[in-house]
Amino acid sequence: MHSPVEQFTIKALYSLSLFGYDISFTNSSLFMVLAVLLSSGFLFFAMRPASIVPGRLQGLAEIMYEFVANILDSNVGKEGKPYFPFIFTLFLFILFSNLLGLIPYSYTVTSQIVVTFAMAFTIFIAVTLIGILKHGLHFFSFFVPSAAPKALLPLIVLIEVISYLIRPVSLSVRLFANMLAGHTMLKVFAGLAVMMTGAGGFLMVGSPLPLLVIVALTGLELLVAMLQAYVFTILTCMYLNDALHLH
Amino acid sequence: MEAEAAKLIGAGIAVVALAGVGVGIGNIFASLVSSIARNPSARDEVFGIAILGFALTEAIALFALVIALLLLFVF
Repeated sequence: MHSPVEQFTIKALYSLSLFGYDISFTNSSLFMVLAVLLSSGFLFFAMRPASIVPGRLQGLAEIMYEFVANILDSNVGKEGKPYFPFIFTLFLFILFSNLLGLIPYSYTVTSQIVVTFAMAFTIFIAVTLIGILKHGLHFFSFFVPSAAPKALLPLIVLIEVISYLIRPVSLSVRLFANMLAGHTMLKVFAGLAVMMTGAGGFLMVGSPLPLLVIVALTGLELLVAMLQAYVFTILTCMYLNDALHLH
Repeated sequence: MEAEAAKLIGAGIAVVALAGVGVGIGNIFASLVSSIARNPSARDEVFGIAILGFALTEAIALFALVIALLLLFVF
């Protein structure tokens, strides 16, 4: 039997190399492309009628749009408007790659720390640059809380700087660990069902039980997939708000 | 102690962190219930914040789980 973490192996579908680097088209790349195509294709076809009274598909697309627009508006406010396309793309990409990963035998792009860390680190750098460009050197006052007593200031600044630098790590590990843990858990229960069937006798009678657990867990994973896309988006908005408004 | 045994014990100890996370998540939903009971009209607003808090707390559990998985499968 395969190990529960076997599902996360990256296989090259089409080998490529450029200047000695391995840039093969892998199953991970395939599902990233699929996520992009599906999300943009969905929006394109759903919004094609562009009627004033939306149909079912258009309604769904509009709900998604309004959902992200509301997150951005309530966290960043009016100044966040220029960043809406990026936030919406981010949300759709994470949502679609999480949901695609739930299909059996497919691959979860976001279960790789490389992918999530690349996204989180890009956001971190972008947000820091936006803050510095907008406020100049005044940006660094972000690390100095105004109400703090003078004696504690060095310690507080140190803590603030560390908590700021740890942001990309926690943002990426949250998404990656959720996906990794959920999918591993599903496979562990699947393995249990297979083992119980193989054991025979009393255990074999009970083997549908883990199967039922898998059904329930798949429902939970569906929730987690959407929740994590939401959390990633809302935290990105909060970081953006910190950069634009400095506390 | 054998290395294999130490690995398994270490992975087991790593998930002790779940105790704290259990308390945290319980706390979040307890406060959610009591705040909705006090002011039912605030439900929609409070629910979103609670879900965010839940996800942030759950992430701590997953950090522990990642450590356990690292111990089991990487070393």
